[in-house]
Amino acid sequence: MSLTYDEVVAKYEPVLGLEVHVELNTSSKMFCGCSTIFGAEPNTQTCPVCLALPGALPTVNEKAIESTIKIGLALNCSIAPFSRFARKNYFYPDMPKNFQISQYDEPICVNGYVDVEIETDEGPKVFRIEVERVHMEEDTGKSLHVGGATGRIHGAEYSLLDYNRAGIPLVEIVTKIVPGTGKYAPEVAKAYVAELRDILRSLGVSDVKMEQGSLRCDANVSLRLIGSDVLGTRSETKNVNSLRSVERAIRGEMIRHAERLNNGERVVQETRHFQEDTGLTRSGRSKEQAEDYRYFPEPDLVPVAPDAAWIEQLRADLPERPSIHRKRLQEQWAVPDKEMSAMINADVLDVVEATVALGADPTKARGWWLGEISRIANEKDVAIKDLPIAASDVAEIVALVNTGDLTDKLARQVVEGVIAGEGKPAAVIAARGIKVVNDDSALMAAIERACAGQPETAQKVRDGHLPAAGALIGMVMKDTKGQADAAKVRALLLAHLGQSEG
Amino acid sequence: MIRNSASEMASKLASGEITSVALTQAHLDQISAVDKDVHAFLHVDTEGALAHAAAVDAKRKSGEKLSPLAGVPLALKDVMTQKGIPTTCGSKILEGWRPPYDSTVVANLKKNDIVILGKTNMDEFAMGSSTENSAYGPTHNPWDLTRIPGGSGGGSAAALAAFEAPLAIGTDTGGSIRQPAAVTGTVGVKPTYGGVSRYGLVAFSSSLDQAGPCARTVLDAALLHEAIAGHDPKDSTSINAPVPAVVAAAKTGNVKGMKIGVVKELNGDGYQKGVRTRFEESLELLAAAGAEIVEVSAPNFEYALAAYYLIAPSECSSNLARFDAMRYGLRVGDKDGASAESVMNLTREVGFGREVKRRIILGTYALSSGYYDAYYGSAQKVRTLITQDFNKAFEKADVLVSPTCPTTAFKIGEKANDPLAMYLNDIATIPVNMAGIGGMSLPSGVADEDGLPVGFQIMSPVMKDDRMYSVGAALEAALLSKWGAPLLSTIPALAGSK
Repeated sequence: MSLTYDEVVAKYEPVLGLEVHVELNTSSKMFCGCSTIFGAEPNTQTCPVCLALPGALPTVNEKAIESTIKIGLALNCSIAPFSRFARKNYFYPDMPKNFQISQYDEPICVNGYVDVEIETDEGPKVFRIEVERVHMEEDTGKSLHVGGATGRIHGAEYSLLDYNRAGIPLVEIVTKIVPGTGKYAPEVAKAYVAELRDILRSLGVSDVKMEQGSLRCDANVSLRLIGSDVLGTRSETKNVNSLRSVERAIRGEMIRHAERLNNGERVVQETRHFQEDTGLTRSGRSKEQAEDYRYFPEPDLVPVAPDAAWIEQLRADLPERPSIHRKRLQEQWAVPDKEMSAMINADVLDVVEATVALGADPTKARGWWLGEISRIANEKDVAIKDLPIAASDVAEIVALVNTGDLTDKLARQVVEGVIAGEGKPAAVIAARGIKVVNDDSALMAAIERACAGQPETAQKVRDGHLPAAGALIGMVMKDTKGQADAAKVRALLLAHLGQSEG
Repeated sequence: MIRNSASEMASKLASGEITSVALTQAHLDQISAVDKDVHAFLHVDTEGALAHAAAVDAKRKSGEKLSPLAGVPLALKDVMTQKGIPTTCGSKILEGWRPPYDSTVVANLKKNDIVILGKTNMDEFAMGSSTENSAYGPTHNPWDLTRIPGGSGGGSAAALAAFEAPLAIGTDTGGSIRQPAAVTGTVGVKPTYGGVSRYGLVAFSSSLDQAGPCARTVLDAALLHEAIAGHDPKDSTSINAPVPAVVAAAKTGNVKGMKIGVVKELNGDGYQKGVRTRFEESLELLAAAGAEIVEVSAPNFEYALAAYYLIAPSECSSNLARFDAMRYGLRVGDKDGASAESVMNLTREVGFGREVKRRIILGTYALSSGYYDAYYGSAQKVRTLITQDFNKAFEKADVLVSPTCPTTAFKIGEKANDPLAMYLNDIATIPVNMAGIGGMSLPSGVADEDGLPVGFQIMSPVMKDDRMYSVGAALEAALLSKWGAPLLSTIPALAGSK
């Protein structure tokens, strides 16, 4: 029996738990000096430490600790004066030591929260997501399972291991259970991950690219009958690679759970893998029997005991919270809510801000990024930010339009050229020979040619029938290959024929 | 020339009386002559050692300023990585592995131009007290080839006693430097935990492992101690403080006014008669040299062994997880599309010996959910109590002393099937590791009943390693004048060799 979402939320209350893994953008790994640059040849960014050669020892990357403390502070956490690393023991070929250095019962940041605002039936509403802990750990290597139907280790013909990622610093942000979001659960979760992403970006501690895996979300969902205070069995959905997927995965799991419960079946405690194409999840590893990771304090590392003065310094240096920052921008720019949301949804707010910072008018900057550039991105099916056009390019183009060196139409050609990889605006203008025809004598010559070509039309205009001017203007524009400013052509034409705008 | 102490060799090298090449060759010859019987070495790097010796000689000839031990040969316990040289840890699972990097200890040895002769035998992954757990066969005690040379560093100690090397590196997790020193009549020092870098020391139990110097005299040990010790940014548990002035202490050997605490619990029942006699005699000699002997009590030491056998196996169960056939060492069963899991299982089944497996299983169990608090957690509490016992004792005494081991060297095979009896050998050495303090064993003569060497243990507070050298040097001087010649000159098994 297939249920609708409305039927699910009429009967059940969802309880969420979100675990977000963030790859820090430190230049070296968590416990050794190897580079962290993405996309290098396999196994070229390795050393005795991250390959777990016998005898090698980890040392802590101070920068990673600093980044983690910044994250904790930005999420309103307390920073532990004393925290420890722990070993999480399990065997897997892409984990060189066969234990992961993580943090267990003594994490570095605890008890924070993030407020997110979403639109509800009763207007905007703030939901507080409580953060249980923020801790540091290291990433594993990557396995590529070759052959076999599933691309998973079972059934593969052979596997290739790349340890470049092994030891990249990760921060895990774990929420407390999140009840009380009702039918808005999927949206609240999405808003939370979006807010986290914005905060992390504002801190400059991570690339936060979900599609590249530098921000990964595991979504725990369980349902209980509305009014009950007993928690249901949860599933943990992994592999959720975009904000939209967070929302879809949770919605899908809520429906799946509800269907099982309605049918008198039980929900199995397990990990599930989100399928981008179907929006459904596939069963993964059972967690019915809790895996025993045999955690114990990492004896190779001394405890982390950050200096209180240092923490206060980091707190004082925190950037403005993105949600507050957004409110301030909206006021400064006098943008209506709808437009603001459009910019946020299109993920262009910061690039618009950067364009404005370079001198462009906020409305014009917004217009370019949400208009022409957004259109090209849609056409090419890529994210706006992945187009090869920078805030500085747009600011330059806006300035050229302001000075009358470009018309709007020509400016669009320049934008297109920049995106096509023809270079910076100036280079595109030079290469394409784009130039506003401002030379009155050249324009006059074209106007005279037009009038000579259509003497009857010219006469109509002379007789005061101004709408007829359009045809002549069109000829002039064609004659000048579109490079003339149409308004100027009109003014000159009317003057030439002894008329003026009514 | 091989019967000299390392410091005598160093003087002769400095004066030009001998060359490092000649000295190295003499030791290589001795290895050729006796190691078929002793089996102290797993790998002898003849070419590398001679090449390094020649380079040191050339440096000396060119007038370059050299470190005190430059050109003196050394035997390296096979648990330390040395670039390009096989490192097995006495295990089949690492057979054929040549590390691509130097441990910090080896880097320091090279910096000091100490010539590395080769790698010495050991109990597999340093787990054992007899070197019988080596996958490559036992080492024999030069005092009596039918007896064990101690362990895990039996190879290093035997190499010293058999004059195959004047210096050696050992590692000590529960007594692996000091117990072999005791039963071979040599000197072995476990520095303060963090005093010598563990980078490149293949870990058995990270919170207990400590590399240290092995030699035939207290001064030689001190010279080597200074060469290898010091802060290392690659080991985050390495102490960032100056190395204690151990050479100065060993040269002075002054115990006047020092308070020497005899640990009540580390003597008496279970200690062989001859061991006790030699211990009492040493105390008298120290008193005669001006020290004040006091008695101290460490009531929690009786739990040390039990706690050790939870902490060390727990850490080892995790440390040895990396030996999985994926990146280096042995690989078994990799055919017919065998899964990674089955290759890992088979390799570990075949590659690890019984004692290593026993400890991995013990440690895995002790860390398991539901048992952690009762086992690992309680053991850590015991560790704290032992540290407190030491702290209290050090309020009353500058150093503490005890026999190093309850007995002299036992017969090969005697305790091989009785792990508990074997573990009891380390009852007096383990508390030192649990508290991370310094410990030394030096020869105090032979037991009357069996003519085998007896070790005297000196324990000093954290980073006060110089104190044990002061006491060690004083006792050594007193014993030497009593004997009239070094104890090792009376070694019977190798009497035939020059």
